[in-house]
Amino acid sequence: MLDGSDPFVCFRNVQKSYDGETLVVKNLNLEIESGEFVTMLGPSGSGKTTCLMMLAGFETATHGEIELGGKPINNIPPHKRGIGMVFQNYALFPHMTVAENLTFPLKVRGMSSGEIDEKVGRALDMVQMRFFADRKPAQLSGGQQQRIALARALVFEPELVLMDEPLGALDKQLREHMQYEIKHIHENLGVTVVYVTHDQSEALTMSNRIAVFDDGVIQQLADPVTLYEKPENAFVAQFIGENNTLAGTVTSLSGGVASVTLDSGDAVKALAINTDGKGSATQLSVRPERCVVTPKKKAGLSSLKGRIEELIYLGDHIRCRMTVAGNDEFIVKVPNTADQLGLQIGAEPYVGWQTDDCRALDVKDA
Amino acid sequence: MAQLPPYTTTGERVWHYSFRVICGLIFLFLILPVLIVLPLSFNVEPYFSFTPGMLAFDPEAYSLRWYKDIFRNGMAAPDAPLSLAWFADAWNNAQWMRAIRNSFFIGICAMLLSTALGTLAAIGLSRSEMPYRRLIMSILISPMIVPLVITAAGMFFFYSKIQLSQTYLGVIMAHAILGTPFVIITVTATLVGFDKSLVRAANSLGAGPIQTFFKIQMPLIIPGVISGGLFAFITSFDEVVAVLFLASPEQRTIPRQMWSGIREQISPTILAVATLLVLLSIILLTVIELLRRRSERLRGVTPS
Repeated sequence: MLDGSDPFVCFRNVQKSYDGETLVVKNLNLEIESGEFVTMLGPSGSGKTTCLMMLAGFETATHGEIELGGKPINNIPPHKRGIGMVFQNYALFPHMTVAENLTFPLKVRGMSSGEIDEKVGRALDMVQMRFFADRKPAQLSGGQQQRIALARALVFEPELVLMDEPLGALDKQLREHMQYEIKHIHENLGVTVVYVTHDQSEALTMSNRIAVFDDGVIQQLADPVTLYEKPENAFVAQFIGENNTLAGTVTSLSGGVASVTLDSGDAVKALAINTDGKGSATQLSVRPERCVVTPKKKAGLSSLKGRIEELIYLGDHIRCRMTVAGNDEFIVKVPNTADQLGLQIGAEPYVGWQTDDCRALDVKDA
Repeated sequence: MAQLPPYTTTGERVWHYSFRVICGLIFLFLILPVLIVLPLSFNVEPYFSFTPGMLAFDPEAYSLRWYKDIFRNGMAAPDAPLSLAWFADAWNNAQWMRAIRNSFFIGICAMLLSTALGTLAAIGLSRSEMPYRRLIMSILISPMIVPLVITAAGMFFFYSKIQLSQTYLGVIMAHAILGTPFVIITVTATLVGFDKSLVRAANSLGAGPIQTFFKIQMPLIIPGVISGGLFAFITSFDEVVAVLFLASPEQRTIPRQMWSGIREQISPTILAVATLLVLLSIILLTVIELLRRRSERLRGVTPS
């Protein structure tokens, strides 16, 4: 949207309960701009699919408003919403050929056959499946069926396309390939995409913004870089990428920096992101690739003594599991450069990081 | 036949062959009464037993007279030369022809009625939001379980009150009630394999409920609907109890005509009709089996 006034899709105070007691979605507020690729990411049971189904119209919101293009759609049935959807199991009509599958949404809209042929041809070209027009879905591989499902959801030119874990059934290599393909189709067509997945690398690869769901609440809504670099709470820090946690207590706060005494007794400094102030328990979060292993304390870094428990050689880096401040799952990714090859199991070097890379977050039960 | 593995003991060998013999005997037990009827229907004599000539495979001992009798019995002028008038006479006056016409008319009407009702019921009962599904299901299929004579007697009293007994409509409705459970069962079984996300996909593509039903759901469950309908037809076609209670001579069906044939006329025409019915049943069963395979193939397509 050019003027940036009204969002294209808007969830306002949306709640959903299936049994009238427990809320699957708790007070959801989410605004999606036109042309955006927004991913709802979260573990199973976090409410992300329910949100998607409410947007598609297959579930009704128990409370709150959902708006599309500035108009409330709570009372509009799914078939009148004009939203394209790609399903987890593709949901291709097995009794129709590929071309008939793509023709279906156009016929329903009463288009002329010339127009239909042109659009179907273009959609098949887009996913490079023109030669398969006369096959039945059963004669296609999983990846091919996925492309047809994608083409079918786009052929009637909806402004909004929903995707419910569409790559879940594909093998890893094909999945990665399809991620790029979907990303490019999104960029070329400029449609708004709402994508649901539990795979964080998929979310990071494709999205403009990611909404991390847990327990029916959006934990953080941000672009991939912010989400990874600046998680706002312990759940997001744990869920996105790898993360080392150290438990401690805030002893003082000044200028956004918290001094924290770890449970082991060591004192470190960290950015105060999400703490309840002085005296509260906190969980420090440090990314494995932001830690350095040094033989001695290094100036300008927070350093703690550690013990190397395990070394895994991964070619480009060495994965080093250490015990640091009582946490024996502390991972450091050591780049495979010449001067780092002296690591040995049982050695007790220092582990250091910059204060900016260490974030003091809320305490989350693992 | 696969060779027995070398380690089989004598006991196992004995069992291996006796098992097959037992299976064959059970098969004969089931099929023999039907098989006996087939050659007897070609008997030249008006008896229900094998004549010495038949046993000796004497061609003179066999004939098609009882098949001809299906047409001739009751005709005004059975010995008139073969012409359109003769066929018109047979069509209008022969007792068996009337019974055959009645059976097909009542059977097809009852089949259509029970297919429509049963399919709708099965679709409703397959929806998860439907309350008391099991209870309603067992009530709907109770005509299969309740002894037929009780259902028929109940319908006789009920239909007599509302002037439906002794009418075609009454017989059709009675047969539709008996046939509906078959449709419900076969369609429900087909719906188990129906991927519900197809309905959602059709909705998301802009198809309303009615279009979705006819374009997506119906083509995929049609094998179940058709085989249910055929079962309903067969149920009506060989039903005699309800007809005994509810039908007047005007609505006489084939089984009813056989019933009176065996009690009053004792003519092997019954055997000829029975042979034709066996053929019809074989054709219908073949169709049902072919449809079942087709539906399995379609179902195997849907990734779950």
